[in-house]
Amino acid sequence: MDPVLLVASIMVSATPILLAAIGEMVVEKSGVLNLGVEGMMIVGAVMGFAIAVSSGSPVLGFLGAAIASAVFSLAFGLLTQYLLSNQVATGLGLTLVGLGLSALIGSNYEGQRAPSLAKLDIPGLGDIPTLGPMLFAHDFVVYLSLALVAAVWAFLKYTRAGLILRAVGEDHESAHALGYKVVRVRMMAIAFGGACAGLGGAYVSLVRVPQWTEGMTAGAGWIALAIVVFASWRPLGVLIGAYLFGGVTVIQLNLQAAGTTVPVELLSMSPYLITIIVLVIISARGAHGAPGSLGRPFHAAS
Amino acid sequence: MKRRTLLASAAALSLAAGAGFAQDVPKIGFVYVGPVNDGGWSQHHHESAMKMKEHFGDAIELIEQESVPEGADAERVLTQMALSGADLIFTTSFGYMDPTINVAAKFPDVKFEHATGYKQAPNVSVYSARFYEGRAITGYLAGAMTKTNKIGYIASFPIPEVIRGINSSYIHAKKANPDVEIAVVWISTWFDPAKEADATQALLDQGADVVLAHTDSTAPLAVLEKAGAYGFGQAADMEEYKPEPRISSIIDDWAPYYIERVQAVIDGSWESVNTWDGIGAGMVGIGEFTGPIPDDVVATVTQMKEDIASGAYHPFTGPLNKQDGSAWLAEGEVADDGTLAGMSFYVEGVTGDIPN
Repeated sequence: MDPVLLVASIMVSATPILLAAIGEMVVEKSGVLNLGVEGMMIVGAVMGFAIAVSSGSPVLGFLGAAIASAVFSLAFGLLTQYLLSNQVATGLGLTLVGLGLSALIGSNYEGQRAPSLAKLDIPGLGDIPTLGPMLFAHDFVVYLSLALVAAVWAFLKYTRAGLILRAVGEDHESAHALGYKVVRVRMMAIAFGGACAGLGGAYVSLVRVPQWTEGMTAGAGWIALAIVVFASWRPLGVLIGAYLFGGVTVIQLNLQAAGTTVPVELLSMSPYLITIIVLVIISARGAHGAPGSLGRPFHAAS
Repeated sequence: MKRRTLLASAAALSLAAGAGFAQDVPKIGFVYVGPVNDGGWSQHHHESAMKMKEHFGDAIELIEQESVPEGADAERVLTQMALSGADLIFTTSFGYMDPTINVAAKFPDVKFEHATGYKQAPNVSVYSARFYEGRAITGYLAGAMTKTNKIGYIASFPIPEVIRGINSSYIHAKKANPDVEIAVVWISTWFDPAKEADATQALLDQGADVVLAHTDSTAPLAVLEKAGAYGFGQAADMEEYKPEPRISSIIDDWAPYYIERVQAVIDGSWESVNTWDGIGAGMVGIGEFTGPIPDDVVATVTQMKEDIASGAYHPFTGPLNKQDGSAWLAEGEVADDGTLAGMSFYVEGVTGDIPN
């Protein structure tokens, strides 16, 4: 098995869920549970594809996907933050609307080809034997996703705005009493989560598959949601979770293609098995790390 | 008292209206496993259903339900369709087999047609196409076109239909190229473009340069195009990937069968049957040969297609051994339909195990 090709495939497979999961982590850190990741991803997938095909530029496609999904997610924000609707039900509704809306928008784009996204050839780094083609010859979105994880980590840990976001997520009453705009912070977090999910969706339709097919994200949004829990709401955990999940998926397909004697059933269930094992270890340790106000509606009393 | 009479008469009226409606215009239901524009399996069933509707016009009413998961959800959808007055329901995926049989038992007056299964009942027909005949053609092409001597096969579920496809592909790839190997990847889904794409990429990474897919979307072809490898249209022609990477295709044509069966319901002559037609009857079509296929290979597969259609050649003709080396078919012996319908073993030369 060629490690260069394998690592490259793993990065492609992990990037969509990594993008969606890091966005959702920020949303949940602000105390909002948005179960609409799948819907935002599929809207990003169709909008990214449509814009890339019409404009001929995949970069514009990604940009459009991020904006479209952010706007789409604000519908969820409006309903849950201003009209105080139930977050779980509204999130599920967002997924359903997203699936339907994307099918409607995408019907004209069936069977079309997406313009391909050029791989970055980083001078110097890309020429290192083995490591160069393995790590430094991908498209810009792969690096963007990694940079985003680092940025989110630094934002939450070192910046004042990050501290406010965490305060809002941990105890919105106290944050409100201190004069922070709970709803405004949450709306911004929701839009960020939407934009990230949109990028993830566009990565599926523009790079991983490259084509538009109805329902093509096929549950990736739900995996992203699980990875946030798996990561105990930590950026590094999200990175590990997404690469572990993407990695095990790709490795099991490669093992099958290479004709190993390991039973297929065992290989197919391995990504899910590993997720469950890690979740059990985390719960056994007792540290969940869930934000204190996660999923609770906020209404300013005074 | 008065109100009760009113309600009763209203109910009687609506019942009468419902019954009268059902008698006048047969209601035909279709259930699909994927979206009706998946570019493959479900889309082709849908298009055949539309042709059937066009044929009968207002003489029938068509109801369709897409993206119905196999399992408990299917049973709910079928029950709903039967309750809403459907006279004939086509369930178009293997996994609907048990739900179809269960619901059919509850609605003896509703007729069902289940695709690719093997369980029949007085009000349940089964129909399928001999896809393995088409697989013989695409398998031969795969063997002829591979330069790495390794072909890939994306398999969905370990059911006889898929196993027949793998065996038929391999037997004929070997006829074209005695050194060929086949790598099979099981992905446990009919429709998941991202997973189909990943599986295609894994096969390419492992050295395959022609990939046959037994799933429903066009994702494998999109990946093959990027890699400059070859593949085939599956269930539909997938002509948007002509001339390469799609170099031929297996096309399902269900419309004549649907028209025939709906006509039988209209005439009142419907009976439970078991239909299994292939290239000869037109249920399996072979798409145009495109791309850089050498002329002699085109000539060979064209001849093979004619021989299969006329019955002169059967894709499972001995001598053939099972994977473990035990004898299956003697020289010149042809596989019987019973063995084929329940096929659960690989032929000699295919590596790997079939999942349970």
